[in-house]
Amino acid sequence: MVEKHIKYIISIEKKKDDFASVVMEHLRLNGAYWGLTTLDVLGKLDAVDQDEVVSWIMQCQDQSGGFGGNIGHDPHLLYTLSAIQVLALFDKIDVLDIEKLDIASLQNEDGSFFGDIWGETDTRFSYIAICSLALLQRLDKINVEKAVEYIVNCKNLDGGFGCAPGAESHAGQIFCCVGALAILGSLDHVDKDLLGWWLCERQVKSGGLNGRPEKLPDVCYSWWVLSSLIMIDRVHWIDKKKLVDFILDCQDKEKGGISDRPDDAVDVFHTYFGVAGLSLLEYPGLKAIDPAYALPVDVVNKIFLTT
Amino acid sequence: MKGEEERERIPIKERPEWADVRPVPQDDGPNPVVPIAYTDEFSETMDYFRAVYLADERSPRALHLTKEAILLNSGNYTVWQFRRRILDALNADLHEELQFLDQITRENAKNYQIWHHRRWLAEKLGEHVANKELEFTKEIFCKDPKNYHAWSHRQWVLQALGGWEGELAYCSELIKDDIFNNSAWNQRYFVVSKSPLLGGLEVMRDPEVAYAIEAILTKPENESPWRYLRGLHKNDGNSLANDPRVASVCLDVLAGKTDYVHALNMILDLLCHRHQPSKELKDAVDAVSPDPNLPDAGLAENVCSILKLVDPIRANYWEWRKSTVPAQD
Repeated sequence: MVEKHIKYIISIEKKKDDFASVVMEHLRLNGAYWGLTTLDVLGKLDAVDQDEVVSWIMQCQDQSGGFGGNIGHDPHLLYTLSAIQVLALFDKIDVLDIEKLDIASLQNEDGSFFGDIWGETDTRFSYIAICSLALLQRLDKINVEKAVEYIVNCKNLDGGFGCAPGAESHAGQIFCCVGALAILGSLDHVDKDLLGWWLCERQVKSGGLNGRPEKLPDVCYSWWVLSSLIMIDRVHWIDKKKLVDFILDCQDKEKGGISDRPDDAVDVFHTYFGVAGLSLLEYPGLKAIDPAYALPVDVVNKIFLTT
Repeated sequence: MKGEEERERIPIKERPEWADVRPVPQDDGPNPVVPIAYTDEFSETMDYFRAVYLADERSPRALHLTKEAILLNSGNYTVWQFRRRILDALNADLHEELQFLDQITRENAKNYQIWHHRRWLAEKLGEHVANKELEFTKEIFCKDPKNYHAWSHRQWVLQALGGWEGELAYCSELIKDDIFNNSAWNQRYFVVSKSPLLGGLEVMRDPEVAYAIEAILTKPENESPWRYLRGLHKNDGNSLANDPRVASVCLDVLAGKTDYVHALNMILDLLCHRHQPSKELKDAVDAVSPDPNLPDAGLAENVCSILKLVDPIRANYWEWRKSTVPAQD
């Protein structure tokens, strides 16, 4: 199946003209991150032309320093993180002019972050800003204390986190908040037992994970719920084998790729999360992936263990 | 809007008002080998969009073009951003824009760009659109009562623009429609704790505990009212243990001998906070225990053993809970 998944991803990279590619044109940089990280976890990053990808990424950089989803698009944090992550995969972070990237200006007085100059706030952007600056080793640029304070304000009584204070706990937002706190060494603000319980309640009978109570399971939660559980040392509270079986069931056994749930159409987004989830579950033959940075462990180590 | 879409589309290159513009093709892809008509229309629209975007042309025809681009692909955030610049430059009628947005949102209710654009508009229009925004999110909830974007928008509207009056009743309505709707329960907690009209959590606790208990008895396997109940007591185990209604509802659920996982979990929490179990409670636990003749294990450990059997997917969690049961005095 590994070969089939690799083939599927490479075919996505090549197909730029079909309708699906065309409507996703504005977030190609995210697509690149999903596809290439999957290839790396499967041990096949060398299947792509590194120089071509790096050159294209740098063309996505706007005058303001941020990255757009593709060439000619407005800058946004969402694509800036993907750019940094893909460059990290290729060990090419040094091509970035770090001073040019003004992520700090997106931080607000209450500690939250805008996604771009248009002012949308969401805890997703807290994670993205913090993860980006951590990979660039420039966390000194932001007010870390305030950033933590805002995230803690988004904590709900069930131990989970939402997109803003008072918003419903949601596994995707929980990943962002827990990931950000993990990167900042501030996990003491998380009630690990309480949150761990909320997270393990996401596992439904089929073995899959949902993102909120009484919703359907989806392979992408195999990442968000799972990585959160790992970061708070509670992953043993779910039935790992049943989850592995669920993810494997979501594969397209003929054409490769993984879908959100069994028998649905595959896409690169769910393929990445399925493979990343399997890596977190220590499925044999996959590279280990870091739950907070969402990059292979050897990539993260290279950044932080060498100066 | 129907008339505009049903009219046969005239390619932009054939429209006289666009004769002076040279379209700008996508930078990274070759022309399609086998063009599909829809992809042609899409490519042409985006090529002309790129032209006005690069020229920073903030004109009525550019505004119209962004609408065409959005109708073809509402996810392109660069198009939305440029549209905002044009709306500002032309000092456009934002009420009309809100109507356009209503139409688009109905077809693309999970699109981040659309909801962000909506917030941008609502912020500009201010308090007098509060009711309209609340009505519109209600419309969205008719089709998808758990739409996360819509709930986020609704919470923002209430806090920024007002309109709290009917909110608790609305939550009740949604919960009546689907007692399992966790978003509605979350909103209920939001209203009870933040509404300037209700007096806050302390004042509301009593009637809300009664409400939660009624919901639990209706569907004991429903996660939401159990969490809501814990939330009303601010997750304070001692507070829960001291509220006799909590132990009582657990007993009632256990007596039903079905769907009692959450009830057992709550009993476990109570026992761990020095709640003194009644004889009825002990008997009720025994009644669902697979082996009532277990050697003298404490009630709490017994509950954990039962949970491991009836909720096996979380067996490790229940095993850990067993290990944290405080020693008997």
